[in-house]
Amino acid sequence: MLHVESATLDEAFAQFDDRRENLIPILQEVQATYSYLPEDILRHVSRKLKVPLPQVYQVATFYRCFSLKPRGKHVVQVCLGTACHVRGGTRILERVGTETGVAGVGTSPDLEFVVETVRCIGCCGLAPVMRVDKDIYATLEQTKVKRVLDRYRAGGRRAAKKGASRE
Amino acid sequence: MIRLTINGSSVQVEPGSTVLEAARLYGIPIPTLCHDDGLSAYGACRMCVVELGVGHLVTSCNTRATEGMVVRTNSQRVARARRLLLELYVATSPQSKRIQDLASAMGVRECRYEAKNEDCIQCGLCVRMCAEQMMGGAIGFAGRGVSRRVARPFDQTSELCRQCGACLYICPVCELRCQASTADTALCSGCLNFSPSCFKTYDDAMCFLDPCHACELTGPFRADARTSRRAATTAR
Amino acid sequence: MSDHLCHVTDLEALERCAIHGRASLYPERIKIMVGMATCGRAAGAAEVLEAVHEEVEGKHLPYAVAETGCIGWCSQEPLLDVWVPGQPRVTYGRVKPGQVRDILAELPDPKTNLALAVMTGDDNALTGKRISYCNGGDGHVDGLKSYADLPLFKRQLRIVMRNCGIVDPASFEEYAARGGYRALWRALFSLTPREVLQEVLTSGLRGRGGAGFPTGRKWQAVCEAKGTPKYIICNADEGDPGAYMDRGVLEGDPHSVIEGMIIGGYTMGAHEGVIYVRDEYPLAVARLSEAILQAQRSDLLGKDILGSGFSFNISITKGAGAFVCGEETALIASIEGRVGEPRPRPPYPAEQGLWGKPTCINNVETWATVPVIVQRGGAWLSAIGTGKSKGTKVFSLVGNVTNTALIEVPMGTTLADVVNEIGGGVPAGRVCKAVQTGGPSGGCIPAAMLDLPVDYESLTQAGSIMGSGGMIVMDDHTCMVDIAKYFLGFLEDESCGKCFSCRVGTQRMKEIVDRISKGRGSEEDLKLLEDLAWLVGETSMCGLGQSAPNPVLTTLRYFRDEYLAHIREHRCPAKVCKELITYSIDPVTCNGCGACISLCSGTAILGEKNKLHTIEQAKCTKCGSCLETCKFDAVLVN
Repeated sequence: MLHVESATLDEAFAQFDDRRENLIPILQEVQATYSYLPEDILRHVSRKLKVPLPQVYQVATFYRCFSLKPRGKHVVQVCLGTACHVRGGTRILERVGTETGVAGVGTSPDLEFVVETVRCIGCCGLAPVMRVDKDIYATLEQTKVKRVLDRYRAGGRRAAKKGASRE
Repeated sequence: MIRLTINGSSVQVEPGSTVLEAARLYGIPIPTLCHDDGLSAYGACRMCVVELGVGHLVTSCNTRATEGMVVRTNSQRVARARRLLLELYVATSPQSKRIQDLASAMGVRECRYEAKNEDCIQCGLCVRMCAEQMMGGAIGFAGRGVSRRVARPFDQTSELCRQCGACLYICPVCELRCQASTADTALCSGCLNFSPSCFKTYDDAMCFLDPCHACELTGPFRADARTSRRAATTAR
Repeated sequence: MSDHLCHVTDLEALERCAIHGRASLYPERIKIMVGMATCGRAAGAAEVLEAVHEEVEGKHLPYAVAETGCIGWCSQEPLLDVWVPGQPRVTYGRVKPGQVRDILAELPDPKTNLALAVMTGDDNALTGKRISYCNGGDGHVDGLKSYADLPLFKRQLRIVMRNCGIVDPASFEEYAARGGYRALWRALFSLTPREVLQEVLTSGLRGRGGAGFPTGRKWQAVCEAKGTPKYIICNADEGDPGAYMDRGVLEGDPHSVIEGMIIGGYTMGAHEGVIYVRDEYPLAVARLSEAILQAQRSDLLGKDILGSGFSFNISITKGAGAFVCGEETALIASIEGRVGEPRPRPPYPAEQGLWGKPTCINNVETWATVPVIVQRGGAWLSAIGTGKSKGTKVFSLVGNVTNTALIEVPMGTTLADVVNEIGGGVPAGRVCKAVQTGGPSGGCIPAAMLDLPVDYESLTQAGSIMGSGGMIVMDDHTCMVDIAKYFLGFLEDESCGKCFSCRVGTQRMKEIVDRISKGRGSEEDLKLLEDLAWLVGETSMCGLGQSAPNPVLTTLRYFRDEYLAHIREHRCPAKVCKELITYSIDPVTCNGCGACISLCSGTAILGEKNKLHTIEQAKCTKCGSCLETCKFDAVLVN
């Protein structure tokens, strides 16, 4: 079934008028529902809001919160804000890369993780910081990274232990 | 009428005119790359910057002329800005005749950056041409910052594209090469019908109907001078 | 508590809410408070709160349990506070869930060996009153310092942060108990819009988002602009990495921003407000949404507010992950459903903003200051600070500093006092090198210049800017060339990309600095960098591009020797730039424990157990994990 025909999508759209100014909130709903922006939905949105497709595409590719490709199961966001950078954020990113097999940013070969960088999460007082799904891990060290990631592997999203917290 | 001063001379223009329009009305030259009179002003190329006093330089194509404005189109700051901009443009698209011409006309004699052969300078003329003149709207920009580019949605030609070729026509750096049967090595059809004198000396020539400035110079833009500079760079 | 929400149709109704608020703020029974802002949660506060609930409910203890926002003591999170009526409030820091039982077991006595400090009362910049917790006693507890004596808090003057860490941000009544919405009352019924404007003008308040434009003048421009409807926008995009002042306010005291915006609407004749919050702050969005609902249900938002005839509504728009949307015209474009490409100014948003109509955009801190200006008068605020920079500023003091914290100090406080006194200086064994202010639009101020007062003009003259308040302390383990490269990398990603100068200029600047960081630069590169920096600053259209060269220019100005070391000697003095450093193992101190081998990301360490280990340089990725792990200081960086 095309994404466009799903009932979930209709529900999502029901919250918004078909006005151009709702383009971004609508896309955010789609992103939250599908973890990416499927092509057929973007075409549908373009028709519904009467916004030319190239402009919808431009918005979809301009903002970092959108992804045009399905993302890995668990979203790992390594903060590269200035405070995190100064306290070793790039090394954390490298370590995450080593552990997931992702060079820089992208989805891991086993599709378990998608690694992204973000600037900044706002926990600068406890740099360096990383977020996995909704859990934030602060005052990280390279030695802790593997342990954190292992909690999410193999489908286990167990309650976070000490050192992390859910939003 | 709005009265303003350009380069010391008092001029008058209709309300709503831009500074660029005012300058052109009086024959005062201001270079542009992303501007076209038939399309909306965009302000991306920054070539048309002028000085309005002590603040930052502003683009004349999208600045409205106001009463009492004092404009300088060729002050030291403006001239320096244009030269530095063109140095960057040459490094971005060295094979563009339009850019080479502008650069040598402004006295740019060296390019200190690594050449990128990117062709597209993202002037947006093709996008505006398609949307405003041809009422097609088949292409647009995608991405942001260093990854921004002109794109077709999902990298597929949309049904809105009527293959009119207006985007090709309007491109100032000939990003889209000619479609002649030997496209890699041939020039666009315009040149096949003409035989310009500089053809023999300028072996990277592209479509041109006027002799290229570069050929008239004896400076570093000549093909043989460029080869020796390239050799010197790789030796470093 | 929401059951007590009443329609606030008059001052008495507001007072009744306040009474409920006071009862929950200063209850007759013991109250346990846990700091549950994002920082706290990142440090593990949710588990601590869970442990508190378990203890209290499990043992049927007659204690109140509450959440609070950020008191600003970030390095000590998770923070747990205990309120015992008649006694000072005791703060515990770095609390582990396992310690909760012990802390609660000692009550009403404090567990002094785990406690950090005591709060003997609280000040309220809005009312000007201080509430003492100790019934007139001095609230002294043996072995514990009071907040008023701690260097971290002594110099602070909390105006914007007046309620953060004191109230439960989800409680409308507690906001009312702290004087909330009295300023709105005063504005609507005792002052004309013109008079409110005059107070803001007199206060000398300048935009806290970074540019420092006089707020009163912006408001005046919107008042005088032609065109309806008019709009009020709160810029809560806070994109500067290292800055989280706005997050602290939105998560700790959302009503302060709402109240400020309603007052602004009244003054400028706008009936609609939008709060644009970045997508990366889900908790702030949640707190704000809750607060807006509460205000609506109490008739403080909507039609005919407090019976004044004035109507105002606020909606929230979420950002979508673009730093450039902190720029006001790009923010407006984003609300309109477009890409965040800035527009040329003039025309300024005050004349043509959202949907082409007159719009007032101000930062979170600016809006949060407004109720205080209205209640205490503009003259009161202008007595604080310096000649041209009035009032206080919130800073996120982070990086290589002992007390990473969210602080609020009067303008004019020196950087040295902020870093050394309030921040406790750089960690032992290191030397302060620079302080970076203003985010990617700002610059690095060298340690030798730390006597600089923190105010708009001084920072600008030094080559930086005040910016939104991010203050990052850098020590001798920070390479300034690497920092310049970092900011340029940020800017080339976040530039909207429309202007050639900004898009290509930042890319090319980064290329050059990158080359220098790898030991492949030349002295001509420095001249090229300066030319390029000039070009980008002069010819870019918006603030992002115009200030993009600042990090490069300040590092060149104050740390040129570091650039030259990279160029002439192929050496990185701070031992950061990977291509110029090597890791090796000291044969004297290595004891062959093997801890480093398992972590080595390049499998570059060889060695048998209890024998000397060596690093194979060809495989070494310079990840630094061996240095991090080795307990014997056997890893050397050359």
